[in-house]
Amino acid sequence: MNAPGHDDSIKIFGFWLYILQDLFLFATLFANIAVFSSSYDAGPIAKDLISLPFVMVETFVLLFSSISYGFSVIQMHRNSLFGTRIWMAVTFLLGLLFILMELYEFNHLLNEGATPQVSAYWSAFFILIGTHGIHVTSGLIWMICMFVHLSWRGLCAENKMRLTCLSLFWHFLDIIWIGVFTVVYLFGAL
Amino acid sequence: MFGRLTDPTAGVLFALQNEPIVLFTVLILLGVTALVLAVLTFFGLWKTFWCNWITTVDHKRIGIMYVILALIMLIRGFADAIMMRVHQAMALGSEHAGYLSPDHYNQIFTAHGTIMIFFMATPFLFGFFNYVIPLQLGARDVAFPFLNNLGFWITCAGALLINISLGLGNFARVGWLAYPPLSELTGSPDTGVDYYLWSLQLSGIATTMGAINFIATIIKMRAPGMSMMKMPIFCWTALVTNILILAIYPVLAATFLLLASDRYLGMHFFTNDGSGNPMVYVNYIWMFGHPEVYVLILPAFGILSEVIPTFSSKRLFGYTSMVWATIVILILSFLVWVHHFFTMGGGVTVNTFFSVATMIIAVPTGVKIFNWLFTMYKGRIRFDLPMLWCLGMMFTFVGGGLAGVMLSLPAADWQFHNSLFLVAHFHHTIIGGVVFGYLAGFVYWFPKAFGLKLNRVLGLISFFGWFFGFYLSFFPLYILGLMGASRRLQYYMEPSWQPLFIVAMIGAFVIAIGILCMALQVLIVIWYGVKYKGNLPVQKNDPWGDTRTLEWSISSPPPAYNFANIPQVKTRDAYWNMKEEGYVRQTKNFTKIHMPSNTSAGFWTGMLSLVVGFGLVWHIWWLVIISFISAILVIILYSFFGDNSGYYLSAEYVQKTEDHFSACLESEGIRL
Ligand code: HEM
Ligand SMILES: [Cu+2]
Repeated sequence: MNAPGHDDSIKIFGFWLYILQDLFLFATLFANIAVFSSSYDAGPIAKDLISLPFVMVETFVLLFSSISYGFSVIQMHRNSLFGTRIWMAVTFLLGLLFILMELYEFNHLLNEGATPQVSAYWSAFFILIGTHGIHVTSGLIWMICMFVHLSWRGLCAENKMRLTCLSLFWHFLDIIWIGVFTVVYLFGAL
Repeated sequence: MFGRLTDPTAGVLFALQNEPIVLFTVLILLGVTALVLAVLTFFGLWKTFWCNWITTVDHKRIGIMYVILALIMLIRGFADAIMMRVHQAMALGSEHAGYLSPDHYNQIFTAHGTIMIFFMATPFLFGFFNYVIPLQLGARDVAFPFLNNLGFWITCAGALLINISLGLGNFARVGWLAYPPLSELTGSPDTGVDYYLWSLQLSGIATTMGAINFIATIIKMRAPGMSMMKMPIFCWTALVTNILILAIYPVLAATFLLLASDRYLGMHFFTNDGSGNPMVYVNYIWMFGHPEVYVLILPAFGILSEVIPTFSSKRLFGYTSMVWATIVILILSFLVWVHHFFTMGGGVTVNTFFSVATMIIAVPTGVKIFNWLFTMYKGRIRFDLPMLWCLGMMFTFVGGGLAGVMLSLPAADWQFHNSLFLVAHFHHTIIGGVVFGYLAGFVYWFPKAFGLKLNRVLGLISFFGWFFGFYLSFFPLYILGLMGASRRLQYYMEPSWQPLFIVAMIGAFVIAIGILCMALQVLIVIWYGVKYKGNLPVQKNDPWGDTRTLEWSISSPPPAYNFANIPQVKTRDAYWNMKEEGYVRQTKNFTKIHMPSNTSAGFWTGMLSLVVGFGLVWHIWWLVIISFISAILVIILYSFFGDNSGYYLSAEYVQKTEDHFSACLESEGIRL
């Protein structure tokens, strides 16, 4: 008889726990930007620099990438390797676009003098959004690895489990971004 | 090219050149390391060491390695403590009075606090979790064996990094929680705080991994029939502890990330300029720090709840209330953090809230104490070593807790804050609660892991050394605190304090006797191991008698697969129930057992993370980048080429192992 637990469901459960701890990490960073929400010192003010339409587009890019990842998972359940890959490629490109837009925005802010060194507010801003960005980037790297995994072993049980974890991760980052958009950009621009 | 290593102002070798004590210690450490390596080479043990220990994914071996790490760090931390005690006994009059310079003294108390909490107590805890939880649950391993190995090696990397600071550069002088602005670049420009940040960051990452692993194990891998409310109390406290870890270690990671951003990227979270605010750090760090003290104490409560029923030959009194008390502590421990800085000036409302919450948290703790007392009541108590440690813990911990209630009154706390009264209080709970509790667990489960008990006479001396040594060395501090002595004093001007400091020093030496006897106990067992060339003979399952949980139903030491057959659990105290029902052990018809494969990926990732930490401390950026990418690559490559499918132990192998155990039981005349 085999001991309970050594199947893929436990790995997915473990990944949920990982997400939970990530949530606490982001919660701290959100609390942090709330604490420093008006600590501008003598530096520039968020309202003057944030371009809502641009961030809106950025947000939708990420949201669409979540949807396309959803399609990829549907294809995975239908055991269509081709469909899984196509939709994951779309997700990858959208994620990459998101990161590039974020970098563009960072560059813009830095040029306007809103550097993380000027005041606690901008420190908190760059740390929160940077941490999210690093998460998205690692999601992209994970996707690259998944492409290789898929071409090696196809849709085996293990790869399905990996795809499921990655999907949790990706949707989670989306939810965090909604928080960022609301707390940082909407409240910041109003 | 070599970052700050080539920067003359960083004082790379300053300590070695100017502090003979440091030079001496480093030489001894290098000597011991060389000796160990020589022994390994001489006896040709490298292969065994590599295959059976370094790359192992067996939770039992990893657990043993965690405990070894903890004991080594206990000695390191205690060496710091006794140096401080000796220094303070002499340090009357001026800063030149004792034998430690102010700079060195500050490094010592910081290193002592940091090492004791993060590299002694936490690894000890994970040693227990690893060794005991799967056995108590009737499982064959933890949920994620590879993650377990990885976590151990990252912890080791952290421990190595903090100890490198002894020789290269210097350690932080900022106290164990590194308050800014002192810990900012303006206050601590050299490597000290960087060593602190990165070694703790590594330890924190490993601890979080461990928490994920054990929550998954406890929730998903209990033996069939073991519902949550039939689980041994130790597993319950472990579950709650790991949930706490999962919630607070990310906070610590974020806090250190922010402080590191201040130091490395010139940001302004906790600086005095740029609209930063140091008090924000203090809030964050105690939002981590207070639950952390419950992370340390809850498993000790769990250990007592296992040991006391065994040695009272009674079932645990109030199982359900014990579970609920643990859960209430989980919740309340998030609501008390401000009691560490009532003097911040949060105002009456804030301080009252946190004061009342602090007093309330004493209630569930009291529930536990009463449950243990009622368990003992009318029991047939046997004063074996584990039970002695438990009695010592109950007696001492109550006192420490009461001192805590005194500190919870803001008005009084304005007097006690930052005084030696506080130092006495938290050592009262940490030594009397955490250390005594863990040592109870250590002697209790030791025969399970190695098949033989620790020497009793040495154990008695060790216990009484710790017990009386503790009272001698910390009660004077209560009095000193009330007389106005503040903590972290490198010297003092008040002659009437000196006698008390001398008594405290004598107490520390009495504790030293206790530690020495513990070391001797362990040495005897090592000698026994050498006699059998590492292949310890199988011993009977239940060395203490009247044990109640599943780990005692299998041989000592347990076979690699733990349970030849996964037990069916019907009640709480599953093994006790098996004994009562006259359970007959299966001796034939075993089936093959699936096992996870060993891997060296965890070891390499751990060592690379050490290099990342080192590079960050010394600002060697190319090294940081290369080693970080390599660490990630090792993990990715492991996902591609690692042997994820494991292997099978053949039925014959299982049969042979179980036959050994049967033979041992027969020779002792035991059924089952
Ligand atoms: C074994 C006997 C021990 C002795 C003799 C001892 C002694 C001391 C001394 C002299 C100090 C400095 C007090 C001051 O600020 O003036 C200190 C601080 C401290 N100790 Fe211990 N200690 C012991 C065990 C432990 C243990 C087991 C732990 C934790 C698991 C611990 C945690 C700490 C912490 C966190 C500090 C505060 C460091 C700071 O000021 O930042 N100690 N101890
Ligand atoms: Cu506290």
